[in-house]
Amino acid sequence: MGAERVAVVGVGQTKYTAVRGDVSLPGLLREATFRALEDAQMTLADIDAIVIGKAPDFFEGIMVPEYSFVEALGAVGKPIFRVHTAGSVSGSTAIVASGLIESGVHERVLTIGWEMQSCSEAMWALSFNMPFQQQLVAGAGGYFAPYIRQYIARSNAPDDTGVLVALKDRQNALKNPYAHLHEHDISYESVKESLMLWDPIRYSETCPSSDGAIALVLTNEAGGDAAAAEGRPPAWVHGTSFRSEPAMAAGRDQVSPQAGKDCAADVFRQAGITNPREQIDVVEMYVPFSWYEPMWLENLGFAEEGTGWQLTHDGVTAMDGDLPVNCSGGVLSTNPIGASGMIRFGEAALQVRGMAGEHQIDGARTALGHAYGGAAQFYAMWVVGADKP
Amino acid sequence: MTDTTSSQPAPIEIPEGVWSQPAVNMSAVADLESVEAVRSVRAFASMTYDYTPGLATTRFLRAIKEKRLVGERCSETGKVYIPPRGVSPVSGLPTTEQVELGLDGTVVSFCVVNLDFTGNAQEIPYVSALILVDGSDIPIYGLVREIPYNEVQPGLRLKSVWVEDSELTTSFENIKWWAPNGEPDVPASDLADYI
Repeated sequence: MGAERVAVVGVGQTKYTAVRGDVSLPGLLREATFRALEDAQMTLADIDAIVIGKAPDFFEGIMVPEYSFVEALGAVGKPIFRVHTAGSVSGSTAIVASGLIESGVHERVLTIGWEMQSCSEAMWALSFNMPFQQQLVAGAGGYFAPYIRQYIARSNAPDDTGVLVALKDRQNALKNPYAHLHEHDISYESVKESLMLWDPIRYSETCPSSDGAIALVLTNEAGGDAAAAEGRPPAWVHGTSFRSEPAMAAGRDQVSPQAGKDCAADVFRQAGITNPREQIDVVEMYVPFSWYEPMWLENLGFAEEGTGWQLTHDGVTAMDGDLPVNCSGGVLSTNPIGASGMIRFGEAALQVRGMAGEHQIDGARTALGHAYGGAAQFYAMWVVGADKP
Repeated sequence: MTDTTSSQPAPIEIPEGVWSQPAVNMSAVADLESVEAVRSVRAFASMTYDYTPGLATTRFLRAIKEKRLVGERCSETGKVYIPPRGVSPVSGLPTTEQVELGLDGTVVSFCVVNLDFTGNAQEIPYVSALILVDGSDIPIYGLVREIPYNEVQPGLRLKSVWVEDSELTTSFENIKWWAPNGEPDVPASDLADYI
């Protein structure tokens, strides 16, 4: 980490849902922003700069929104930055915000990630047909499913590993009032019998399309100390890292990409973590298709190659396991794409602040937030802790 | 059953005056107050693009119009790329050597799709596969047909099925789909470096 310590003192989320309908997109951003400011006991006047991130503009059909949303974002007369790293974007966005404080440039930064998928149709935006490009006529799941199939072949994981992940995450979501999907009647059988969309990915093993926004307020050490003194525990940033790699490189391992391994190694080094399985108390990772839980457990170094699925089957990643993953319900229960990365980061912060409500892990002191995007070529991660680094 | 209404978060308390708007004079239109407010409008849109492909893609598309597949080699790693971008993503160097590829390929991995993304062009289920074209080092996506979906496996050898010669144009759509070519499967171990 750099010269200045960084604290997360405000987290604000909207209720995630398929079609928000009652607010415009600027209104949605205001809602997340005011919740974060309320949590931080601040107003927009206290904010020095704003960093935003959302998925590619054609996902919601509103082009270059940072121009027209300046007032809604509270950015009039202030520096505003936009970050672009596809689905990992709002994780990267939070890291850029953190860097502005770490470097001493600003003291209080507001960062916002969002997506209003009901404005357009991201699924189809991902499968439009261009005659001069190779033909992927299968949507986002069709891109990733062949790699999941390869993971299963390499690891000999049991067929129902993905079912167990989906069941766990959707049941966790019942404890999170902000989560999009609240499937009270979900069962092992209902997931297993759901339509096989992209064999081996079933309907119930796929993320929904959501509307929603999340905002975080980050401060320097003085701001974190002030919040703590008033009885509002901050989450201290112990490490941040992003990495990318070319999507279309011959010989690239898309089951466990090198950029993800490098990003994890970097963020753990910064946070002084030598044994992530022991030292990380809770993980929020980007799992849009159920099988990515075991795949990322291996990629991040929580399990040896080929054994991530065993953690899922042994209940290690359940809320009562020793490495709970996606207590919020994760991307499998809530996916406003351009917010999904920051939701992971914000939920990690809520856990170490002891403010995660019903899905709180008792005594969580150190948490990892993880996001990935594009053709699994962008990674963003942070480690946050209850204690100062 | 999906219930998105229960256990809603507490209503947000917006600071006084933040969202205040001047009152709208609705008297100009009779009965406007009794009309349901418009929340959203669904509109269909289309755009026509002029596409400038660049040198490498131009070479590739001109070849595909002649029913040929042409890749380009990275001078540092020796890997052959299709479709070529004119630059190696690994070395960053221009790919100046064109390589004539085969018209056959091998399934590296695949998925069975049960949702129609093709606009009724395809019966479901259908197979979308990562296909390693002979002579190249990176697989491309393509449809696999003329074989039951549950018989497709990694290693399956394929031929490309093209449109009629009279319909050939500068487009990937010249290849309608891929179909088994009858050759023995390639062992999985030979494909390990391509996924």
